[in-house]
Amino acid sequence: MAEVSANGGKIEVLFWVGCAGSFDARAQKVSAAMAKLLDIAGISYAILGNEEMCTGDPARRAGNEFVFQMLALQNINTLNQYEIKTIVTACPHCFNTLKNEYPDLGGSYHVMHHTQYLNELLSSGKLKIEGGAFKGKKLTYHDSCYLGRINGEYQAPRDLIEALDGDLVELKRSKSNGLCCGAGGAQMFKEDEPGKKRINTERAEDILESQAHIVGANCPFCITMLTDGLQAKGSQDEVMVLDISEMILQSVNHKVHG
Amino acid sequence: MSQIIFLLITIGVAFLALKQYRRVLSNIRLGKKYEAKIEPSVGWKNVFLIAFGQKKMFKRWIPAVLHLGIYTAFLLTQIELIEILIDGIFGTHRAMHHVLGGMYSGIIGTIEFLSLFALVATIAFLVRRNIIKVDRLAKPELNGWPKLDANLILLGEMLLVTGIFMMNGADRVLQNIDPEHFAKITSMPISSWFGPMMFGDMGHDALVSIERFGWWLHVLVVYAFILYLPYSKHLHIFFAFPNVYFHDPSPRGKIENMPEIMNEVKSMLGMEVAVSENTEIADFGAKDITDLTWKNILDSYTCTECGRCTAVCPANITGKKLSPRKVMMSIRDRAEEIGTNLRSNDIKFAQGQNGEETTALTIDNYSDGKSLFDYISKEEIHACTTCNACVEACPVMINPLEPILQLRRYEILSESAGPPDWVPMFTSLENSGCVWQIPEERTAWTHQ
Repeated sequence: MAEVSANGGKIEVLFWVGCAGSFDARAQKVSAAMAKLLDIAGISYAILGNEEMCTGDPARRAGNEFVFQMLALQNINTLNQYEIKTIVTACPHCFNTLKNEYPDLGGSYHVMHHTQYLNELLSSGKLKIEGGAFKGKKLTYHDSCYLGRINGEYQAPRDLIEALDGDLVELKRSKSNGLCCGAGGAQMFKEDEPGKKRINTERAEDILESQAHIVGANCPFCITMLTDGLQAKGSQDEVMVLDISEMILQSVNHKVHG
Repeated sequence: MSQIIFLLITIGVAFLALKQYRRVLSNIRLGKKYEAKIEPSVGWKNVFLIAFGQKKMFKRWIPAVLHLGIYTAFLLTQIELIEILIDGIFGTHRAMHHVLGGMYSGIIGTIEFLSLFALVATIAFLVRRNIIKVDRLAKPELNGWPKLDANLILLGEMLLVTGIFMMNGADRVLQNIDPEHFAKITSMPISSWFGPMMFGDMGHDALVSIERFGWWLHVLVVYAFILYLPYSKHLHIFFAFPNVYFHDPSPRGKIENMPEIMNEVKSMLGMEVAVSENTEIADFGAKDITDLTWKNILDSYTCTECGRCTAVCPANITGKKLSPRKVMMSIRDRAEEIGTNLRSNDIKFAQGQNGEETTALTIDNYSDGKSLFDYISKEEIHACTTCNACVEACPVMINPLEPILQLRRYEILSESAGPPDWVPMFTSLENSGCVWQIPEERTAWTHQ
């Protein structure tokens, strides 16, 4: 973003990468897929790079308001300085905090989750689905809490999966009844409290029950949790966990849009 | 004579009820100011759809239909209750029969149908709770009083219906024997069959006794309910309405901002701070119910312990100690304890400021050496994934997540404690702005 700004350039959207998208090896691939899709659609975008910090979601939910405020206020300062209007992010936690919590601190933007944005690109014809990457495949979808139940977005990711040529089967707990992967509320960064089993194992059982070949996700932390959960069930080879952007990238017409 | 007894009992019940409900309201007022901006149009819409219309109950349709039966029977029986009050005071018999005419039969008929359905539903609920033992109704937090409470309510409801059918059944037979005093009611779908079957060969006086017994049974059980509710989970029949009205309409994903901390961090970062009122706050978050809002406490009194929240809680499902229902029950128990101690005016609960002697017990100097953490353990609050499943599940818009987060805030900000695993996360967030301590550049992925 600093580069774009120095050259007096304008962008349509800021791609908010997030900590997972920046550093987690698996989520980095999602960031790359997303960047590629933006390129194909001919969208002018930028990232904040080293000027981006964690939105503060895990700190606030752990109860550490000091750390949250430190991160949030610095991010808002950066975003306002570049006069950012529209933000797209592949992480529903970043999405929620940017959209719902930053306004109280002086940062108001048009924030979109990448499934919502990709759905728009598909509707407007900037992205076109082609090819049979998922032909004959059973696809299912895991609602992340922060996109689904918390922000009410159940449809956009389903529209995207339905645009592919596979068959979408719902998990037994889906939409507002969706079961958490176990990562939220800063659980990702601590050991589980004592219990009978891990939450991601419970969720992996739902996925196996659906007999899907691929489970679409919209959150880097869900991807980690579901992958681990399936591994714990010894089923990592039966079901693939993909971000929806990766699924779209596999089926999209790669000709770069004007 | 019976009119005087009825009037005395009624006045006594009203007096005691007033006292009991004021006790509950004063316990709710132990909470802090509630800052949510309530839009009356949204509030009333919620009252209409969610409280009155039971919209959220229908996520689980079997209990929803059974509950709807008891609920509509309860609502419609209020008409009969008005008549009972009039008859009781003025010594009339079915006073509304003359006023309402043909409509009266229709109302009585509907009440009879609904009462029978309510009786079936009540039995079904007793079976679900005690024989089938539906998972969410057999969790450990219900052991003891909560379980007894639930069963007492159901038995009370059965007594209410029994009263109605004794009264109507005997009345039906009397309508044939003594039409002068017992006017014909054309539509009594249950009693016209039940009455003659049970009481058909009885004499006039015995029938009158049974009719009166049914009448008194019904009215006395209603009065008992009124006095019992402030001690029971069943209080939701009243509190669901205000609780739904006062639901915070702001986005679900937004956790309440803490302006004091925001301003402090702003000045730390050299940013402009709007107005610094310099309010000294010793503690952040909540360590007791007095640090929660009155809405959180209203939530706890509205909770009817149905356990829909706990049944969908990912932590609870996987065997962790956290149960959102238990969190709400604990808040109510603690509010009861503090409220009772405060009303006792016992000076032993008053803590002197700077060692001074205190003469009056107030909410500000109250101390019993306990806190909400004696009711809700750290293990419970640490298990929450903030997934909002409990918030989504509650039919009466209770938010168990809010107090959990307030307790976490107290633990982290005021006690500097918390799960040790979080310490490296906080450190790394403070030092590098990332949840992980990672040496790479944030743009490393772009070079892949």
